Amino acid sequence: MLAHGELWTVKELFVYPNEFIYWSIQIVMYPFMTGLVAGAFVLSSLYHVFGIKQLKDMARFALVFSFALLPIAPLPILLHLQSPFRGINVIMTPHFTSAIAAFGIVFFSYGAIVASEIWFLYRKHIVDSALKLREKKDKTLVDQFWYLIFCTLTLGSYDVSEEALHTDEKIVKILAGVGIPVACFLHGYAGFIFGSVKANALWMTPLMPVIFIMSAIVSGIALCMLTYILTMEIKKFLAHRKKAALGVFHSEAEIKGVEFHVIQMTAKYLIVFMIAAISLELLDMIFRGYTALKSWDVIRSVIYGRDFNDIFILQYGIGNLLPFIMFLMPGLTIRRTVVGTILVLFGVFMMRWNVVIGGQAFSLSFAGYMHYHMPIIPTDWETFKEGLFGAVSVGIAPFVLFWFVNKIFPVFIEAPSE
Amino acid sequence: MITRRDFLKKSVITAAGVALPLAAFEVLDPKKLMAQEAADTKNGTRWAFVVDTYKCVGCGLCVKACKLENEVPYDTSVTRTWVERYVITKDGKTHADTPKGGRDGFTTSKISLGMSEEAAPKDMMAKPETKPTEKFEDIDPNDITKAFFVPKLCNQCDNPPCVQVCPVGATYQTPDGVVLVDRTWCIGCGYCIMGCPYGVRFFHPVYHTAEKCTFCYHRITKGLKTACVQACPFGARQIGNLKDPNDPVTKIIMTERVSVLKAEYGTKPQVFYIGLDKEVR
Repeated sequence: MLAHGELWTVKELFVYPNEFIYWSIQIVMYPFMTGLVAGAFVLSSLYHVFGIKQLKDMARFALVFSFALLPIAPLPILLHLQSPFRGINVIMTPHFTSAIAAFGIVFFSYGAIVASEIWFLYRKHIVDSALKLREKKDKTLVDQFWYLIFCTLTLGSYDVSEEALHTDEKIVKILAGVGIPVACFLHGYAGFIFGSVKANALWMTPLMPVIFIMSAIVSGIALCMLTYILTMEIKKFLAHRKKAALGVFHSEAEIKGVEFHVIQMTAKYLIVFMIAAISLELLDMIFRGYTALKSWDVIRSVIYGRDFNDIFILQYGIGNLLPFIMFLMPGLTIRRTVVGTILVLFGVFMMRWNVVIGGQAFSLSFAGYMHYHMPIIPTDWETFKEGLFGAVSVGIAPFVLFWFVNKIFPVFIEAPSE
Repeated sequence: MITRRDFLKKSVITAAGVALPLAAFEVLDPKKLMAQEAADTKNGTRWAFVVDTYKCVGCGLCVKACKLENEVPYDTSVTRTWVERYVITKDGKTHADTPKGGRDGFTTSKISLGMSEEAAPKDMMAKPETKPTEKFEDIDPNDITKAFFVPKLCNQCDNPPCVQVCPVGATYQTPDGVVLVDRTWCIGCGYCIMGCPYGVRFFHPVYHTAEKCTFCYHRITKGLKTACVQACPFGARQIGNLKDPNDPVTKIIMTERVSVLKAEYGTKPQVFYIGLDKEVR
């Protein structure tokens, strides 16, 4: 009989008998996914709160995307639990000295803020759609369905006067403002879960929440840029094929212009947050080496030896430095942006990997090592949910959800540029 | 017709009116009550453990007894208690191992080096049959300067980090100081396993909940010794009540030079060691 974790852990030298890689791929996915949620929201708030006009189109897009990502954020933890059906206990009997116990409160308050912000932002669209469907004669079953949905979503408020819409705008601004600290808390708290584990020499640093927030914003912006480009490219492709006006856009050239302008602006913010994230990570590493506590010997052998490729080649090299140069080089193109954002996302993923898996790469005895071999081909439920396929399912889910959410809250509803 | 303003006003007054008399009731904290109860009985109980490493020969009977008593599947590598072997050679190097947690005793002079990564599959798609092989190091007895065994178990800390991090309160400290896990409430997140600096926790292969040494709570509360204490032929393990000044364990802790493991984590461990070496991890 195998103990949990034994299947994918290879122990070397002196490791305590009960030590295994208990936090595996799904715990890598958890901070990665919440990071995307928080990052996308912060990006949208840059426009709503600070009035950065250039980000207007991106803001709406980012908010809806953040909403689609939100229900997926707790999924990796649920898949990781040994008793997933008891997951609700965290909300039923929260034990508040634990960082995880706050999850229910933080998650739902953040969800409420995003949901209400979207509602106020899309109220006019909801009312318009509901009224249009109400007036439509001989409704099909599909029309009936959509009418029911939009009618419910109005929450009985059909007032779309100039004055009411102005109030909506004000409320959106307040919600976006309140949302920034809450989004940062949602993710900083994920960093706190790791940073507060005093038993783990690699995780324990007060910088962890801040590092997590910065890399979260980086990954959120990168994903929004990537998805935005993809949707715009599809629109461009359709416009090209139909050779006709499509939705709010009038021509292929217009789509191209809008797309490029938005991407250029967003890329600047991406670079700023990238600098902040990398500086903090390097500060942490330098500090560890300089203070050289008892654990430094084993940590050094992991960072500079065993995990050198994962940390310096994949994370810092390919995931940070390469895209950084790509974005800084003059004459940014869409194609280069796509490659750059994919690399940035990969870099942030590798950072999560190196924190979660790297933190378990050495034994609590400081005299042994553990190696993680992720299960690829699932042979049972456990190797599925804590293996490659489970992680990929979690990664794909938000895009599927985004497709549905986009049907109700379309990202492009009005002329995007004045 | 009642206006909105009136309605709100009256609601506030009603709420305040109801809240005031309710405030007269004192909310009873069950922990406080239990503490009082414990204080009332003349001598409270605080379970503590003493390990005399000079007496341990590494026979592994304690590990066997523990697994059988507490129904931790015998052939799994996880265990509530284990014995470590330390061999220090003339070059100043420390060699340590604990094959199967020391369950079958240390019958060979070869020291386990764990699984070697060189033999491990290079690509992750490789079949699981090509598992890495265990490597051993044979040490010349003439090179050994000192060697000893160290039994390990849960330290039943006074400031247990595992209890602090449990998100649902499924793991808790009893008033007499033992940390237990509620198998009906544990969600299996593994945060407590991560939070323990001693690596004593693991997932039970059958119940899929966090599992740990309980000082055989079901036995000690009935006046029996723990399974490992009873099984040890050399008296290397002892359990006792710290609040009883006449308890042999209390006497050892009060009069002899004892130390604890990893005091730097601030967990206030309650398993005391006699003859602990600086090389012990």
